Amino acid sequence: MARVLLFGRLSDIAGWRSREVEAGSIAALRALLSEDEGLAEALAAPGVQVALDQAIVRGDAALSRGSEVAFLPPMSGG
Amino acid sequence: MITLTEQPFDPGALLTAFSRGRQETGAIATFTGLARAERGATTTLELEAYPGFTEKEIGKIAGEAMDRFSLDDFQIVHRIGAIAPGEAIVFVATAATHRRAAFEACDFLMDYLKSRAPFWKKESGPDGTRWIEPRAQDHADIARWETQET
Repeated sequence: MARVLLFGRLSDIAGWRSREVEAGSIAALRALLSEDEGLAEALAAPGVQVALDQAIVRGDAALSRGSEVAFLPPMSGG
Repeated sequence: MITLTEQPFDPGALLTAFSRGRQETGAIATFTGLARAERGATTTLELEAYPGFTEKEIGKIAGEAMDRFSLDDFQIVHRIGAIAPGEAIVFVATAATHRRAAFEACDFLMDYLKSRAPFWKKESGPDGTRWIEPRAQDHADIARWETQET
């Protein structure tokens, strides 16, 4: 069971911010989330990064119990 | 020091506190960013952070600034939550022996915060809401630091 967090426009598109999902890898998690077509498109957009347990990861990675996966659209502060 | 706060802050009071008790610092530079009304198009700005991760990522770049510009100290205060036009969003202060390092480090930290720090910014107004993403200018601003060694 992994905790999934959506930030910025991603949470507006999905209609949720945080959810527990049963998935063994980030690829499997993406496949599950992609059942929502709007969210699938938003997750695949340029500049969306993924953090696993608060560290940026590129490509796939294994998830374990209690993993936290965050999808981060382009950032803008100040 | 890095602080994320939902409360309005007073940049002048922050500068006074940051400047106090320094014997060897010769220069302090500060930047204060304010929320703009965009001539009535924006009534509220909402800033979202990823608690823990946001502070950690800013901490990495602040550490880089400390080394690169030989800073004595720095302070970053960033608002999160709902912000009204005219309120301060961000305050950056840098302390160094000489002014050039203080100015440049402040500029460097702001360029980072605009386009790389984990914040998400939404504008609301009479015409609805929209998420703000870095502009081409913001990307060009940060690219200056990647090509240029000080």
